[in-house]
Amino acid sequence: MEAIQFAEPNRQVSVERLQAISRQIRKDILEMLSEAGSGHPGGSLSAVELVVALYFAKMVHNPLDPRWADRDRFLLSKGHAAPLLYAVLAECGYFPKSELKTLRKLGSRLQGHPDPTKLPGVEIPGGPEGIGLSEGVGMALAARLDRKSYRVYVLMGDGELNEGEVWEAAMAAAKYKLDNLTAIVDRNGVQQDGLTEQIMPIEPVANKWRAFNWNVIEVDGYDFEQILGAIDEARSVRNKPTVIVAYTTKGKGVEFMEWQSEYHGKVPDKQTVQKAIEELQKR
Amino acid sequence: MSAKPIQTSMRDALGEALVKLGEEIPELVVVGADTSGSLKLSVFGSKFPQRFFNVGIAEQNMVGVAAGLALAGKKVVCGSYAVFMPGRAVDQIRNTIAYCRLDVKLVGSHGGVSVGPDGGSHQALEDIAIMRSIPNMNVVVPADGISTKKLFTQACRSVGPYYVRLARPSSPAVYTEGTELRVGRAEILRDGSDVAIIAVGLMVDKALRAAQSLREAGVSAMVVDSHTVKPLDAETILSAARTTGAVVTAEEHNVFGGVGSAVAELLVKTHPVKMEMVGVNDVFGESGETDELMAKYGLTEKHIFEAAMKMVKQK
Repeated sequence: MEAIQFAEPNRQVSVERLQAISRQIRKDILEMLSEAGSGHPGGSLSAVELVVALYFAKMVHNPLDPRWADRDRFLLSKGHAAPLLYAVLAECGYFPKSELKTLRKLGSRLQGHPDPTKLPGVEIPGGPEGIGLSEGVGMALAARLDRKSYRVYVLMGDGELNEGEVWEAAMAAAKYKLDNLTAIVDRNGVQQDGLTEQIMPIEPVANKWRAFNWNVIEVDGYDFEQILGAIDEARSVRNKPTVIVAYTTKGKGVEFMEWQSEYHGKVPDKQTVQKAIEELQKR
Repeated sequence: MSAKPIQTSMRDALGEALVKLGEEIPELVVVGADTSGSLKLSVFGSKFPQRFFNVGIAEQNMVGVAAGLALAGKKVVCGSYAVFMPGRAVDQIRNTIAYCRLDVKLVGSHGGVSVGPDGGSHQALEDIAIMRSIPNMNVVVPADGISTKKLFTQACRSVGPYYVRLARPSSPAVYTEGTELRVGRAEILRDGSDVAIIAVGLMVDKALRAAQSLREAGVSAMVVDSHTVKPLDAETILSAARTTGAVVTAEEHNVFGGVGSAVAELLVKTHPVKMEMVGVNDVFGESGETDELMAKYGLTEKHIFEAAMKMVKQK
């Protein structure tokens, strides 16, 4: 298959290919978590297509030059989805795929939550929820000051929207009319303690962002046509930041994990993971 | 101490330094949180409006935005009152600025009870302890306006995270414009052989006055301005302890976790000596005039004098 030109802004990558990559990423996530014996499968599996669409089809970046000044930035604010980011970065070629099996091990560059000082391609430190959008605002402001055309994408969890800092950052992004900033909410409906609407109801999510003066696009988080279209629309909107609210499923792709808060931060035994991988391949 | 000392303002000094630094360092940007007039960050804002961002009353976002700007190659100054920053934003400071050793200078103004009438809610007494315990963080507590300008400027010129703690009131000049100060090097302001007074912030001037009274009482007191609390100038402090055999620390901060603790941690491992800590004794402040509060909470020249006399007698 032809290599994807990541630095080419108007590259064409077929939906079929993005789907195939997504299957591979899900397999990598499960294998690395199984090897690590701990980590967060639910929120890694839910957002695969969103991150694949960005890295493989839309973002301008260069795996051979991770600090390239003109690159688009992807900020994983929901840092517990580290396995997803690592699988994608490795698939792009930021580091060898063989390193995925070192996840969470002593001395590994693949920390339990991402550390940009250790691993190339990681933009922000992850772990505490609610900080990424603020960092995205800072980067988008820097881009404007430097007259750079790079875009900043911030992936947040829906549980993460419980954090007050998210809304502080949302106000700031609207104040500064940061149209080079796109937030993506992985609306999988589940957080660590249970369903988001039981733990801390966040509906109406889309209207909350509208009230904060953001451009809002709602998509099915597994429909590449919709995801790609939303990213394009965000690129064309002026004087407003855009949020893409992506309706997803926690644990997507592994039936016994889907919608289960239990699998927010728990990894099943190796045998069960093997079964899950087989199930993935049947789909 | 015959002539009336020149009064200096740490916050005015901060504003002045920022304007100069703004001209010198094109990538310098400043983020404020609705206290930028009070901290004189707005002086920079008027001069460089494109490079100044006021995020409103949102300290966590301020620090997060600062982190993002730094990650994108900017040198960033952000600040507010020390109760709120670090107070409100410790997680953001720890997990972004310090964790990734970002080039952000955090200014916490209104440290200590000298804040005055605003009361205990606005008097930070724990900020040095918090910031000192975070890896990669440098902590600087200037003694007057002149040292604020010099030390803050050096902090800005160097790369990496700094916490610079200021006091609200204007205060007597400890230094002259000609004094050469260096971040990381404690200043011996007065030599002495019986006791060493190691002070920071507004307590440095009071330590100098106490040393004068001690001399009149026949006690030779050394006075050290340990403005860089982290990394501590171990060499100078150790040498002061060896020379005098008795140490008094003085800070406008809780006696738990501040400069007294830092000095004790060093000496207990290297050269244990009799020590007394002048500071706030693990209580919150309250409303009152600066001088009234400094007296009530044990932060005067007299308290330092008495602590020094006690140490000398116990030697």
